[in-house]
Amino acid sequence: MSESLLPDGWELVVGLEVHVELQTNTKMWCGCSTEFGDEPNTNVCPVCTGQPGALPVANEQAIEDATLLGLALNGGVAEVCRFHRKNYFYPDLAKNYQISQYDVPLIHDGHLDVEVATSSGRGGQAGPDGALETRRVRIERLHMEEDTGKSLHVGDTGRLHGADRSLIDYNRCGIPLLEVVSRPDIHDPETAQAYLRELQGIVRATGVSDARMEEGSIRCDANVSVRRHGEELGTRTEIKNLNSVRSLGRAVRFEARRQVEVLEDGGTIRLETRHWDESKGVTETLRVKESVTDYRYFPDPDLVEVVSPPAKVEAIRARVPELPAAARTRLREQGVPAEQAAAVVGTGALPTFDAAVAAGADPVAAGNWLAGDVAGQLTAAELDLDDSGFTGDHLAELLGLIDDGTLSTKLAKQVLAGVIQARGAKGPAEVADEQGLKQVSDEGELRAIVDQVVADNEGTVEDIRGGNDKAIGALVGQVMKATKGQADPRKTNELLREAIDR
Amino acid sequence: MELTRMSASELASNLTTGEVSSREVVDAHLDRIAAMDGVVAEGDVWSARSADDLGGDDVHAYLAVTATAARQQADEVDARRAAGEELGPLAGVPLALKDVLTMRGAPTTCGSRMLEGWDPPYDATVTAALREAGVVVLGKTNMDEFAMGSSTENSAFGDTRNPWDLDRVPGGSSGGSAAAVAGGLAPLAIGTDTGGSIRQPAALCGVVGAKPTYGTVSRYGLVAFASSLDQAGPFARDVADAAALQALIQGHDPRDSTSVPQEAPDLHTTLRDGVQGMRIGVVRELQGEGYEPGVEAVFAQALDRLASMGAEIVEVSLQHAPYGLPAYYLIAPSEASSNLARFDGVRYGLRVDAPTAEEMNAATRAAGFGPEVKRRIMIGTHALSSGYFDAYYLQASKVRTLIARDFADAYEQVDALVSPTSPTVAFGLGDKADDPLAMYLNDVATVPASLAGTPAMSVPAGLAPAPDDPARQLPVGLQVMAPLSRDDVMYRVAWAFEQQTGFVPAPTGPRALAGMSQEVA
Repeated sequence: MSESLLPDGWELVVGLEVHVELQTNTKMWCGCSTEFGDEPNTNVCPVCTGQPGALPVANEQAIEDATLLGLALNGGVAEVCRFHRKNYFYPDLAKNYQISQYDVPLIHDGHLDVEVATSSGRGGQAGPDGALETRRVRIERLHMEEDTGKSLHVGDTGRLHGADRSLIDYNRCGIPLLEVVSRPDIHDPETAQAYLRELQGIVRATGVSDARMEEGSIRCDANVSVRRHGEELGTRTEIKNLNSVRSLGRAVRFEARRQVEVLEDGGTIRLETRHWDESKGVTETLRVKESVTDYRYFPDPDLVEVVSPPAKVEAIRARVPELPAAARTRLREQGVPAEQAAAVVGTGALPTFDAAVAAGADPVAAGNWLAGDVAGQLTAAELDLDDSGFTGDHLAELLGLIDDGTLSTKLAKQVLAGVIQARGAKGPAEVADEQGLKQVSDEGELRAIVDQVVADNEGTVEDIRGGNDKAIGALVGQVMKATKGQADPRKTNELLREAIDR
Repeated sequence: MELTRMSASELASNLTTGEVSSREVVDAHLDRIAAMDGVVAEGDVWSARSADDLGGDDVHAYLAVTATAARQQADEVDARRAAGEELGPLAGVPLALKDVLTMRGAPTTCGSRMLEGWDPPYDATVTAALREAGVVVLGKTNMDEFAMGSSTENSAFGDTRNPWDLDRVPGGSSGGSAAAVAGGLAPLAIGTDTGGSIRQPAALCGVVGAKPTYGTVSRYGLVAFASSLDQAGPFARDVADAAALQALIQGHDPRDSTSVPQEAPDLHTTLRDGVQGMRIGVVRELQGEGYEPGVEAVFAQALDRLASMGAEIVEVSLQHAPYGLPAYYLIAPSEASSNLARFDGVRYGLRVDAPTAEEMNAATRAAGFGPEVKRRIMIGTHALSSGYFDAYYLQASKVRTLIARDFADAYEQVDALVSPTSPTVAFGLGDKADDPLAMYLNDVATVPASLAGTPAMSVPAGLAPAPDDPARQLPVGLQVMAPLSRDDVMYRVAWAFEQQTGFVPAPTGPRALAGMSQEVA
């Protein structure tokens, strides 16, 4: 826990730079596809490979998407801004300059409110268990730029240093990228993680990107420094290669402790870029920033100004969807427990939830199933909800079958597995029918089985009559066995009592 | 019929009447190129001889001649014409393309070793427009490396010679295109102009050359030197041909963000309306010190001619024009330093191997770029670096804004502006090659309009003696400038002036050029 993260008197200061790949159909400056995972160097053209004479033309959709996300993050939109060139040599940067933004970003001064358990934080005072506190992280800017290609270093360590040769895939080069820069408002790893998770949720809610860290469609660098309370900001290090929300937390924790140790030993922190090694759980020097890199920014003469008149901005603002925080509140108001509400919203199950409720499902039950068994089975099957074929209508139908006694909870889980296995081609009722998964609650049928069990187990029956109530469990087990688990347990109990008392 | 001396419009009308075929016209030009341009006339694409193998009377306008493709295209146009197809006004007419514009089927070198082995995977928008119009591209013309220079001596592939005197430069950077048109090696050519690279060689070679309003002709496929200034435009032997060629290549291009979205100016309707009643401004700052007396005399005569045609000549001031040259030589190299960063040996062109990527970049650029390109990359890198940006790039940008404002103010008072195109006539090969500042001064009259983005062209105004050889008469150009997107006004003034000048674009060079000189008598 973070109250023990740093020794008394020390404060952690973190700012995050998050890169979001916008999932437009085409790249930022040309008509090439942005599809992830295609054969290397198939989604390329003269523009994105920087052929002599080729020119960029800005993707209007990307600018609108960026504006939408900026508005969702409570930012202001620059009425006029432009693109600058950031000049540096690197083989995966086709033009040896990156088109980015400089003095005036598209979006300025936003913020993001995140919920963190009150027990975490700089004060270290533990709050009531599970209570949530809202913390505001200010966002300095969102600016547009383009992604680089991907280098593949062959031989040795797999990194550039010491490689035998390097191959470059330009498929990613020129994919629109939005850099979200927070202010250094974060003072504990939990808030950093909550910020990243919340940002991911907002990106997904706005639909501008699927924000998958493992595919690199959202990437996070952390600027970490420590200081003694009340002192000026300390020298920061920039941590790269954070591949998950979890590694962000681990890396920040490690780096904060490392810096304090160095300072307490009388050392100094160097301004440097550090690489997070996930397997070793440490940060290591990647390159020292001896001087500030001079990127020689200047306005890109190939591109015209981006103009966002107020009317256009308002039209985009009207498209900002319900954001995760509002959705969680709404679910809680519908009776879904906070943790399940967070899970439903966080896993992208909200549309399914809403569809199920619209189809008549009880919100509490829907939340419970989505956060519990549905999520669990999908994880086990390594499937996304969207790809599973399981819909809100299916969920409503499943809950209906439980309600009318057709399915027990246990059977319903089997039916759910069947629906997922069929990728939604078969609904719950159909699966239940096909697999004969149906509670035996027909009185006549069940009574016959009960009578047989009672007749076959005279000893046990006598026991029960003699006052050993617990022994009825054995009889219930017999009935279940005889019905392959499909007997309605409540009904079975009832009928057994009747038969024994007769 | 001397096919290699005809203007494009003469050729076009002979093609229309069937007097001659496009194939005959193209063959006549290929024959002349083979005879006097210093090419190895073999294979589908003829290449220029290496600099060491060039003869003293080789013009060396072309770096590559696409002989087979040109003949094929000519045959196609002839066939379409024979089939009764409606063809464009310049269909079947040959043209020379500056080697800074991409064209499939031939290398694009930009006059540099850096692009060795690069076959462009796409046609520039200009190239595509020419193909579409049935204009036959004869080949790619020599130029100063990456369009940096005013004499074509910065080409990595040898000097181009001025057809008027083969010991003199043709100007630059579009020297190959200008020399081709002057020397009867093509009736039309495309050049590019960043600070005067069409106008100055046009003046020095005695041909017409125009820089359209910035954004009128697409830059897609034009290998960038300075993106905010580069503009492609026509070379021709007369104003009407130049206007006709610009009309073919101009217009909005969705692939170029800086392309003007409005409809391009109509260059045809008012071309022959004359200058009666027009107010024409003489720019006070673009004359006097630094201008050769011969050039000034021809310019004075030109003003008299314009006045005699009914134009009112008034003196106007472009107050900040004297700062144009230093501003230009900061802005253009700044952009160039970034534009030329892509030549790193990774994806195309030259690669000099070295142990690390960084060392390979450095070795490649050290070997691939010539001294002038390196000089400008260094100037530009310095001007953009932190601590110097405000004093250099930013200050130059402010000067640029002031110059644009000066022009706008001037055009409140006058319809067009005139000045000498170049302060000098063609100078000797090697005379200024070791003095960059002297070379930069060639652009003093042309850079202001470049910075303002306004249209400007050079039209032959007469002959003046060479200061170093008074017996030698060399061409002088009149620069005609017009307001933004009023290229029509520019052509109208130039056309009227041309009618009065009686200038015959006939270089008087030795031996191989004798054919061109007969008409002077």
